[in-house]
Amino acid sequence: MAAMNGMVAVLVAALLMGMSGVAGYLFPSRSAYGQRVAAVLLTCGSAVGLSACLLSFAGHWRMTPCVSEAAWALPGCRFAVGVDALSAVFLVPVFVLPALGAWYGLGYWRAASHPANARRLGAAYGVLAGAMALVVIARDGVLFLIAWEIMALAAYFAATVEDDRKEVRRAGWIYLVATHAGTLCLLAFFAGWRRATGSFLLDAAPGMQAAPAGPLFVLALVGFGFKAGLMPAHVWLPGAHANAPSHVSAVMSGVMLKMGVYGIVRAVALLPVGEVWWGGALLAVGAVSCVGGIAFAIGQRDVKRLLAYSSIENIGIISLGLGLALTGRAEGRGDWVALGLCGALLHVWNHGLFKGLLFLNAGALIHAAGTRDMEAMGGLGKRAPRMMALFAVGAVSICALPPFNGFVGEWLLYAGFFRAAAEGAGELPAVSLAAVALAMTGALAVACFVNMLGRVYLGAPRSETCRHMHEPGAAMFWPMVLLAVGCAGVGLFPAAVMMPLEAAAAQWGSDGVALPGMAHALPFSRLATASCALALLAAALAFLLNRAARARGVRVGLTWDCGYARPTARMQYSASSFGDSAVNLAAFLLWPRRCRTALRGLFPRASSFKGLVPDTILDRLLLPAFRAADRFLPRLRVMQQGRTHVYVFYILAIMIVLLLWGGTGSH
Amino acid sequence: MFETLFHIAVLLLAPPLLPGVIAKTKAWFAGRDGPPLLQPYYDIAKCLRRGWVISETTTWIFWAGPVVTLAATLLAGLMVPLGRADAPIAFTGDLILFAYLFGLARFFTTSAALDTGSAFEGMGAAREVTFACLSEPALFFAFLVLAKISGAFSLTPMLHAPATAFSAGIAAPLMLILIGLFIVLLAETCRIPVDDPNTHLELTMIHEAMVLDHSGPLFGIILYAAAMKMLVLGTVVLQVLVPFLPGREMLRGPFFLILLMALAVVIGVVESVMARLKMRHVPYLLVGAMLFCGFGFILLIR
Amino acid sequence: MSNLLNSLLVIVLMLNLFALGTSRIASVIRTVAMQGALLGALPLLLHGHASSGAVLAAALTIALKGVVIPGMMTRALRDVKIKREVEPLIGFQASVILGALGTVCALLFAGRLPLAAQHAGTLMVPTAVATVLTGFILLITRFKALTQVMGYLVLENGIYIFGMLLVEAMPLVVEMGVLLDLFVAIFVICIIVNRINQAFSSLDTRRLASLKE
Repeated sequence: MAAMNGMVAVLVAALLMGMSGVAGYLFPSRSAYGQRVAAVLLTCGSAVGLSACLLSFAGHWRMTPCVSEAAWALPGCRFAVGVDALSAVFLVPVFVLPALGAWYGLGYWRAASHPANARRLGAAYGVLAGAMALVVIARDGVLFLIAWEIMALAAYFAATVEDDRKEVRRAGWIYLVATHAGTLCLLAFFAGWRRATGSFLLDAAPGMQAAPAGPLFVLALVGFGFKAGLMPAHVWLPGAHANAPSHVSAVMSGVMLKMGVYGIVRAVALLPVGEVWWGGALLAVGAVSCVGGIAFAIGQRDVKRLLAYSSIENIGIISLGLGLALTGRAEGRGDWVALGLCGALLHVWNHGLFKGLLFLNAGALIHAAGTRDMEAMGGLGKRAPRMMALFAVGAVSICALPPFNGFVGEWLLYAGFFRAAAEGAGELPAVSLAAVALAMTGALAVACFVNMLGRVYLGAPRSETCRHMHEPGAAMFWPMVLLAVGCAGVGLFPAAVMMPLEAAAAQWGSDGVALPGMAHALPFSRLATASCALALLAAALAFLLNRAARARGVRVGLTWDCGYARPTARMQYSASSFGDSAVNLAAFLLWPRRCRTALRGLFPRASSFKGLVPDTILDRLLLPAFRAADRFLPRLRVMQQGRTHVYVFYILAIMIVLLLWGGTGSH
Repeated sequence: MFETLFHIAVLLLAPPLLPGVIAKTKAWFAGRDGPPLLQPYYDIAKCLRRGWVISETTTWIFWAGPVVTLAATLLAGLMVPLGRADAPIAFTGDLILFAYLFGLARFFTTSAALDTGSAFEGMGAAREVTFACLSEPALFFAFLVLAKISGAFSLTPMLHAPATAFSAGIAAPLMLILIGLFIVLLAETCRIPVDDPNTHLELTMIHEAMVLDHSGPLFGIILYAAAMKMLVLGTVVLQVLVPFLPGREMLRGPFFLILLMALAVVIGVVESVMARLKMRHVPYLLVGAMLFCGFGFILLIR
Repeated sequence: MSNLLNSLLVIVLMLNLFALGTSRIASVIRTVAMQGALLGALPLLLHGHASSGAVLAAALTIALKGVVIPGMMTRALRDVKIKREVEPLIGFQASVILGALGTVCALLFAGRLPLAAQHAGTLMVPTAVATVLTGFILLITRFKALTQVMGYLVLENGIYIFGMLLVEAMPLVVEMGVLLDLFVAIFVICIIVNRINQAFSSLDTRRLASLKE
């Protein structure tokens, strides 16, 4: 009974969140009340849903999923929804991030300053949150697809609110094309699923043979990979995230991408135990996404594009964990499954936390400084120290450095990979090459985020545009603080969050493989002790130094810089220069473009250097391919005569062909 | 208990001895007398006595750089076993913490370098983070090899395994990762051929450039932490080297210290006979280290 | 019973050929109206028993296809003041010959299909195919918009005959739906015909090709 109540609670929560934005239309377009009412409704819905999830973690329906079906208007499918341990894990980000983003939006996208589109944004935002909740609980293929489409379109409308700008429209267009390419694959997947099992209901079908499972897995991987942003299907991510309002970017990056991950996890749970190449495919895609994503991030100048590419990297890390879990499932190694899947799920939560924090921080930055370009910023830490502290927390978390939460997730993954190396037989230790990719990603992430921290908050201001930098208001500040506290909390007390993840992993990999508890596999308490020890040690040292400095007195002067008498802000290393060495390392992947005016003569004029890293797949592969198609396809225009007679003739011709084929074929 | 105290004592007191030995070795090669062996101790003490001068462009990150570096290196040092004894801190999975503690130190050191708003420090920081991208994979390949040999996922058993579980089959992979780890040691501690600790040309520095603006007690902490890093990484290299030495059963306490000094002498010799590589060749060297370690791993799993 | 059915279906086939052969638009309208009314009454005539639903459906069909739609078309015809079709793509006699050929092919084709026993002896399938074909020929070869609409109506009649194959009497709701569809389509087209005439000063649909980008 409690389980039923829980599911009803989740449905009510989804409905509340979905309808929250509509309340904004009851108020005039400049009024702040509409936004506040919408935010309150969204928070109420989130609170209801979140409490249902927490209750489930506390033990009510851990292993037994609760599914309810009802017949509804569409024939051939049913309104089947269900919550199990896996759904509950993915529901937590859905119920946490949009609510925080809604409160953030009160300060960031005030209705008074954006009368034309604030209500539209609120409505689309609410629908997006509600649709995402419905995606996670849907248990029928058609219902899933409906919720998926609503989510995709709501995200489109939420992301393109500033559609008077050309780059926003272009980004929205690319996003639409990519998401519908994914949906096409999903249509094929669900059609294949129905063919194999006889209904659209998403229950594990034990009797399914291996033959259709392989192509179904590939379809699911490609279809959900478009939404998750795995390379090379990531082309829509940078543009959409960069041009959307920051709280929408936070939700898209922190939650919507995870819907793609949820799809892959659920699809694999439904299909029978696959072969090893499934895990290998995920590992390969994950490794490419990891390293590629962060390499692209280093070369960006726009803060939000940088964060978008970093999201691709993190999705790659999640995919590495999933690959390990799949390999373990195929080989019957329960500990690999547990470590891989728990690491991936923990990273889903972690990424929501720290990427949400970073996007909200970037939004506050853009709001105050007025520009997205890192080359125009600098020294903002002096004017906004609290923002810099929050950003530092987010940056340390995303680089997976102890003592914060990113480290714990990657620790789990490394544990799995090292076990594969130590205990795997035959070719399997090759799986642990992914650990090396993870290590390289970590080092590149440090490069990327030190770059961002240094360019934006440290040093001296590079331009006048950042004159009006200020601390964000309360509406923008407290959501960031909550997320930062979450990052630190999960990092310092990891054992608290492991239980729901273990339950989800146990339910996912429960076909015959016994999963060891996490407590056996890894000592979280000792990690927590070490992290706390680190923090305390650093704090103690800092305190001692501070005391000593105060006693002796600190003299403040100019930066010495080897004796430069008059340093200027333009002399600092710029973002392009800092990333230049790293970009050179990955030049075979990034194909950076360099624009440089040549120096001539003994006393040359002023010269400039500009480095650009366009998206390789989009700008060098897909767009030229589309342009070539555009040149070739008009030859087919001859079919379009403009006369109705010709078109009706086409219909008749095909009908005759079909009649002949069908009529004579049956004999 | 006694071993833990010995470990902590060595970790706290021995590090500045290593740069001293290296300097003495280089001086001997050059036909000079060189500074006294305990010179680095005097240097650090001198720095700690000095006054504080901080640039006005900097924020709390400038202080965080040396502080976090020392804290992280200290904690990492408590996780490596010296000789045959166990490390004071050892638990399953601590090797990842070990590697990432150095990453944390790097994060704050480079951020502190960017904090000053100077061009040279930015240069040094850029190079440091880029070279780390190549040395981390090499380190992890080496860890994978050690994990496969020892079957464990903790530093103490992993580093003891080459000595205790030595067999003919693992000699070749161990040799390969030894070379790779030595190159990583040179890169991480900024020695020739990767970086010249004695150079005064800012355009060619890596580590020295990053700490240009640190002075006084902060600089003392940086010197001390750098020496401690050399000790910690040197210990890792030595534990892999040990099987190839005669008389490896004698590897307890004080004898391990002697081995450390011997390693410092070897580094000094390498510094004396080689010149520093051109900056754009350093990535090739590090990729070479990565390949060595990678081949070691592949040899082991084939 | 099947004799009556076959005779009526032969009348339908004749009406097809007549619609193909005439050039006066008013007579095409009358022909198609007669065909529609006949087909609407067919189920009643055949089965005799008159359930209220069947009677209602038949009455509606006859009213709509036999009276209302031809009335609307005649009014539209009067408004645009044309009387005759221009020379079609393949000429009137050629159209009739093509239609006859099509009917023969339909007969042959229907002989090869695996039909249910009760339909095997009747002319329903060939008539349906032939009517559909006639509709298509009208649509493809005529140039005036009104005649093309007539072709569409003939096509609808052919599909209706196919429908009669599947069920003895269509469910009332489906019947209503189809009729409503038809009504709305013709209503809209009558309005458009006027507009086309105003925009292009003629009803020749070849002029519409200039709208193509």
